[in-house]
Amino acid sequence: MTVRDTGADDDAIDRRGWRHAMTSPDASSALIGFYQIILGVLFLVVWQLVSGRLIDSFIISDPIDIADRLWEWLSTGSIWPHVWATVHATFLGFVIGAALGVAGGLWLGLSPFLSRVLDPYIWAFNALPKVALAPLFILWFGLDINSKVALAAVLVVFLVFVNTFAGVREVDQDLVDGMRIMRASRWQILTKLIVPSATSWIFVGLKAGVPYALIGAIIGELIASSRGLGYLVQRAGSEFDAAGVFAALVVIAALAMIFNEIVNVMQRRLERWRIVSR
Amino acid sequence: MIELRSIQKTFRRRRDEVHAVDGVDLSIAPRSIVALIGPSGCGKSTLLNMIAGLYHPDKGRVVYEGKAVREVNTNVGYMTQKDNLLPWRTVIENIALPLEIAGIATERRLAEASAMIAHVGLAGFETKYPSELSGGMRKRACLARMLVYQPQALLLDEPFAALDAQLRIAMHDLLLRLWAEKQQTILLVTHDLVEAITLADRVVVFTRRPARVAFEQAIDLPRPRDVQHVRFTPRFEELYNAIWEQLRLEYAEEKL
Repeated sequence: MTVRDTGADDDAIDRRGWRHAMTSPDASSALIGFYQIILGVLFLVVWQLVSGRLIDSFIISDPIDIADRLWEWLSTGSIWPHVWATVHATFLGFVIGAALGVAGGLWLGLSPFLSRVLDPYIWAFNALPKVALAPLFILWFGLDINSKVALAAVLVVFLVFVNTFAGVREVDQDLVDGMRIMRASRWQILTKLIVPSATSWIFVGLKAGVPYALIGAIIGELIASSRGLGYLVQRAGSEFDAAGVFAALVVIAALAMIFNEIVNVMQRRLERWRIVSR
Repeated sequence: MIELRSIQKTFRRRRDEVHAVDGVDLSIAPRSIVALIGPSGCGKSTLLNMIAGLYHPDKGRVVYEGKAVREVNTNVGYMTQKDNLLPWRTVIENIALPLEIAGIATERRLAEASAMIAHVGLAGFETKYPSELSGGMRKRACLARMLVYQPQALLLDEPFAALDAQLRIAMHDLLLRLWAEKQQTILLVTHDLVEAITLADRVVVFTRRPARVAFEQAIDLPRPRDVQHVRFTPRFEELYNAIWEQLRLEYAEEKL
């Protein structure tokens, strides 16, 4: 397989050398893509065959039923309010958690005394299974979106906080001293040195936080809600509707993949702009 | 004028006490170049840090232009062993940083930074990132960044130690040419006796830790000096041998 069809690629091949083009990643990735599709199809066929024959279809449903259900949701549009509710809660929870995490990480990272005082409390909070806070959030914020946002935020905040904190601590003290000698104010040191220097760390936290925001939102919906994909799973389950549960899970998985892809695209952008260094 | 008056500094780490500096008295005349020489870890860098106001002496006083240094001394430029360029900024953005901090408008600071870049021979590398430069180029960039805001005194902590011999000579030449224009006070910490004699008006030798002034030697080589050839002159050899002889005595004595 050759990639010698566009002028732009010629350059890249020449730099990497001809041997690299011979074993081009395109060739192997096409093959891997092929196997991936085969595996998926095989899995669905086996599922379809097993269901109702070896295992009760009441328990595992079957792919055709699930596809029917998905089609019904999509054609009537009944799925969208649920998708929207989950996306909304995930997004708000992520933004709030990320903002608090970055702010907290910067603040404690810059005050060693305070961070030492708060240390045991922070770790106790981290060790707490945050999902167990859901009933409390429902009590505080009610049954609508706010309690889901709170749960998503609380799952995100610590991940972002820890990474931001580490990023701030990682800043070279010599660079800080250098800035001070250049007459930089505390604010200038923060904005021109500490934040840019910690950016790559902060991004690790943000990236890890995205799936947790989704988890938080969905668990909130599972526990008490009248909308959202988590609610859909919970409702279908309580109606013994396996096809409904699986269909909702498919939508959740698709959503997770879309979020992941958005994060990857953003990271590539930022790396190109050199905002994320190293 | 930079004055160190009976400076004492002890670092404590847990139970260990390290007497870094013990009773250093030193005055550095304005517009002179003074080289500080001594064994590794003897506290020379600590002295520079104290002049920069980053550390404070336990006893004694650092006086800069008649005023005691109590906070960070923003009249000096400090160039450390490591090149402290910001990796996410291009060469010109790094060099313009001190001007940016001072709140100078973008256009003017880029113009001034460009002029300084040309001065240190980095023209054409303005938009490169530090990771794309060689060690010598990074040193030039650091030098340019330090000089661009025109500090009155330069503190150089083994600035050229990591460079090969050829590059070091080129940097010596650059430094002396820049100094001839602006006549800053320069305090240079080095391990390299040849470097010290080539550049300085005065070489101050320190003892092992805790650092005290062991002896000093005035360097009366005429200026401007040809850094490439000055080391082969008879006077240079005399000075070199004189200092070397004393160094030998000094450190032999310490061993006992």
